[in-house]
Amino acid sequence: MSDIVLRADGVGKRFGGFTALSGINLEVRAGERLGLIGPNGSGKSTFTNCLAGAFPSHDGGFTFKGEKLAGLKSHERARRGLARTFQLPRPFRGLSVIDNIRVPLAYAGREAATDEAAMACLESVELAGKASRMPKELTQVELRRLELARATALKPDLLIADEAMAGLSHTEVDQILALLFRLNERGTTIIMIEHVMRAVTEFSQRIAVLVAGKKVADGDPRAVLSMPEVEEAYLGR
Amino acid sequence: MDPDLVLLLNGIVSGLLLGGLYAAAAAGLSVSFGMLDVVNIAHPAFMVLGAMLVALLWGATGIDPLVLSILLTPAFWALGAALYVAYHHFFERRGDEAIQGLAFFFGVLFIIEVGLVLTLGPEQHFADASYANTTIQLGEVDLPLRMLVPMLVSLLAIGGLSLFLRRTFMGRAIAAVAQDREALRLLAIDPVRVKRLAFGISIALAALAGGALVVVQPVDATSGHVFIGRVFAIVIMGGLSSLGGCVLAALAFGVVENVTATFYGPSWSPAVAFGCLLLVLAVRPQGLFGRAA
Amino acid sequence: MSDATLPGVTLTAPRRMGHAAFWLAAAAVGLAVILALRGIGSEYVYFVSTIVLQYVVLATAWNILGGYAGYVNFGAAAFFAAGAYATVAFGKAMGLGLLPCIGLAAVVGGALGFGTGVLTLRLRGAYFAIATLCLSVVLQTIVVNWSYVGGSRGAYVLRPRDVPWPFETYSGFLCAVLVVLAAASVAIARTIETSRLGLGLAALRDDEQAAEATGVPTLRLKLVATTVSGAMMAVAGAPLPFIGSYVEPGSAFGLSYAVNAIAMPLIGGTSSWAGPLIGAVLLSSLQQAATVTISSAANLLIVGVLLVVFVCAAPHGIIGLFRGRR
Repeated sequence: MSDIVLRADGVGKRFGGFTALSGINLEVRAGERLGLIGPNGSGKSTFTNCLAGAFPSHDGGFTFKGEKLAGLKSHERARRGLARTFQLPRPFRGLSVIDNIRVPLAYAGREAATDEAAMACLESVELAGKASRMPKELTQVELRRLELARATALKPDLLIADEAMAGLSHTEVDQILALLFRLNERGTTIIMIEHVMRAVTEFSQRIAVLVAGKKVADGDPRAVLSMPEVEEAYLGR
Repeated sequence: MDPDLVLLLNGIVSGLLLGGLYAAAAAGLSVSFGMLDVVNIAHPAFMVLGAMLVALLWGATGIDPLVLSILLTPAFWALGAALYVAYHHFFERRGDEAIQGLAFFFGVLFIIEVGLVLTLGPEQHFADASYANTTIQLGEVDLPLRMLVPMLVSLLAIGGLSLFLRRTFMGRAIAAVAQDREALRLLAIDPVRVKRLAFGISIALAALAGGALVVVQPVDATSGHVFIGRVFAIVIMGGLSSLGGCVLAALAFGVVENVTATFYGPSWSPAVAFGCLLLVLAVRPQGLFGRAA
Repeated sequence: MSDATLPGVTLTAPRRMGHAAFWLAAAAVGLAVILALRGIGSEYVYFVSTIVLQYVVLATAWNILGGYAGYVNFGAAAFFAAGAYATVAFGKAMGLGLLPCIGLAAVVGGALGFGTGVLTLRLRGAYFAIATLCLSVVLQTIVVNWSYVGGSRGAYVLRPRDVPWPFETYSGFLCAVLVVLAAASVAIARTIETSRLGLGLAALRDDEQAAEATGVPTLRLKLVATTVSGAMMAVAGAPLPFIGSYVEPGSAFGLSYAVNAIAMPLIGGTSSWAGPLIGAVLLSSLQQAATVTISSAANLLIVGVLLVVFVCAAPHGIIGLFRGRR
């Protein structure tokens, strides 16, 4: 039991009359690389927002490292080691690159907020040379790396990478993938939400598929991707 | 009849009439704030500007104040359109709406007020309509035309606007801006043009509301202050972009305020305004407001 | 009072002045200003400096919430007046002098700020701004109906006859008190700005959800900011009854305080403590000059026009112009 880092029990979310997510059960083992896929509007982002605490009220519940998350605010979940990146990078635009990293270091309290710690974090995503730049001077791929660096500065036990590679070139996708692999080797469990199928298949040890707010498959990547429901969900659109 | 009941009945009726004035003041804001997401806190100042101009023109010509205010609407439309062009150029386009945009309208409010004081003086201005001293009596209930006529004119204008929004192409485009900017792009309509038109309409409505205001009461340069909280409360209570909701909320607001004033004294009216706003802000889930940030 | 401390602005420099060093520098500048004013020793200079310094405190206080956290408070006049009326009420009820009244005004303003925060900070920007505007109207209504502090007629406050040593006149003493308050508020603002709290506020100003996701307790930080900012705005208003010997709601709640509290930081630049300082000194000196040479209504028009021009053309204020586009 103890190596289950995250468990979702019957998680559901409605917006008005629209059911965005219903009855999601999911277990993630410590150190695992899980791919979470599904067509647009299938509920992946809603799931992320429920887990990260951005939507405080939803059905069901999460257990993270043996602790129930219900009632915890986003920042409390972040401090417990639950990190996320945003689909579109959302840097603090008024802060320099290194100050962006200082925020999680100073507030999550899992590591001293020294310049060295911040630089080390930037070095791990190869942004050390741009420490004093402002976010608007960065390229798209650099913004993605900053987004990842800011999440990893929390020293998370679980990282949800929400479409960290959308719109990037082949080599840029490889860079981000290498980054995520390195992070995983250091013990961080990663849930990758992604449309770039090459990245998902290369990265994931297991794949879960959401369609229209329900989990339709969960298991070995090759088996899951060859299931007719999954193919239909992707090609039928 | 029981005198308390008569008092209550009269309180409700004159509250409805007052609500008509509030509806006029809030309708324009419902377009700019509710539909376009432009936080124009200078809206009541534009209403006062309209009222002062009507008073001035009335002094010169003696034409009915409400007719004058209708004559002012094209000029106010142009003023609003120009203001929106500036707002869009400096803030919306830059994505810097939050602080600077708010401060911009605050500055505009201030310029209008001080400008009015400098040109027309700090004293009260008024305009009497020919019917101002007539009161219809229905049994024990008084219906002063001074309140009734502005209310009817405002409701007519709001009804007309509502029809325009529902029936015409440009009107539906404005309603679409409120919901989904992308949809407009797909229809190949320039959202900036649509918003300019709509913001012009909102300021034109402020002129009309100014005409109604000056018929109801004398106006000075700072008369707009007491309306700021009220109109925003009404627009938010009315569901932001719904004109019908705005009118209903305005009438309810007028009744609550007037009945409070009748039974507990007028000094409590602002407290009711503030209380209602806080209540509305506290009760409505935060998510619905997210887009205004 | 600004020039000697300006070198601290260079944010891009790797080494910044420490908190203690900055407080010492602020104290030194404050002392120098007091001595210089004493050297001039003119009642008019005391009066003008007192007004200017009052605006330094007010603008600096506003900027802690408005500039650092990005929450626009249109109700600055309400906090300012709360401070002024705290002096009137406590002075009348307990016979307290200026200094204890300033302390009590800070408590009143802080409580007011905290209360406003609890009620409204769950709201997003524009709604918070509107709510503060309403707060101003409600407080004014209460004061107008409160006969103990003079109601709408206003209240007279007599300056004490004994002037504290080593000052020759009460105006000189008052001016020195404001120098201290101004130096302290600038130092407080700078301390917040360069501390963990300032970093968190800057993060939530840019993106609250992302700030939460990186562990920043946004609601708590906003409450701290509203409380500190409210307390300091009330402190700015506390000496008002002693400056003119007379307060009335119309002027204490006047829109000119609200607009100046916003215009000064925005014109100076909101991202740094130096912005409100520069904006307040420039704008209030300009207004004092305009009041003498033109008219008091015209100088308010100047503020409005400058505010609009600056937010349009120079969104980062004067310090933004010098620093270049960051």
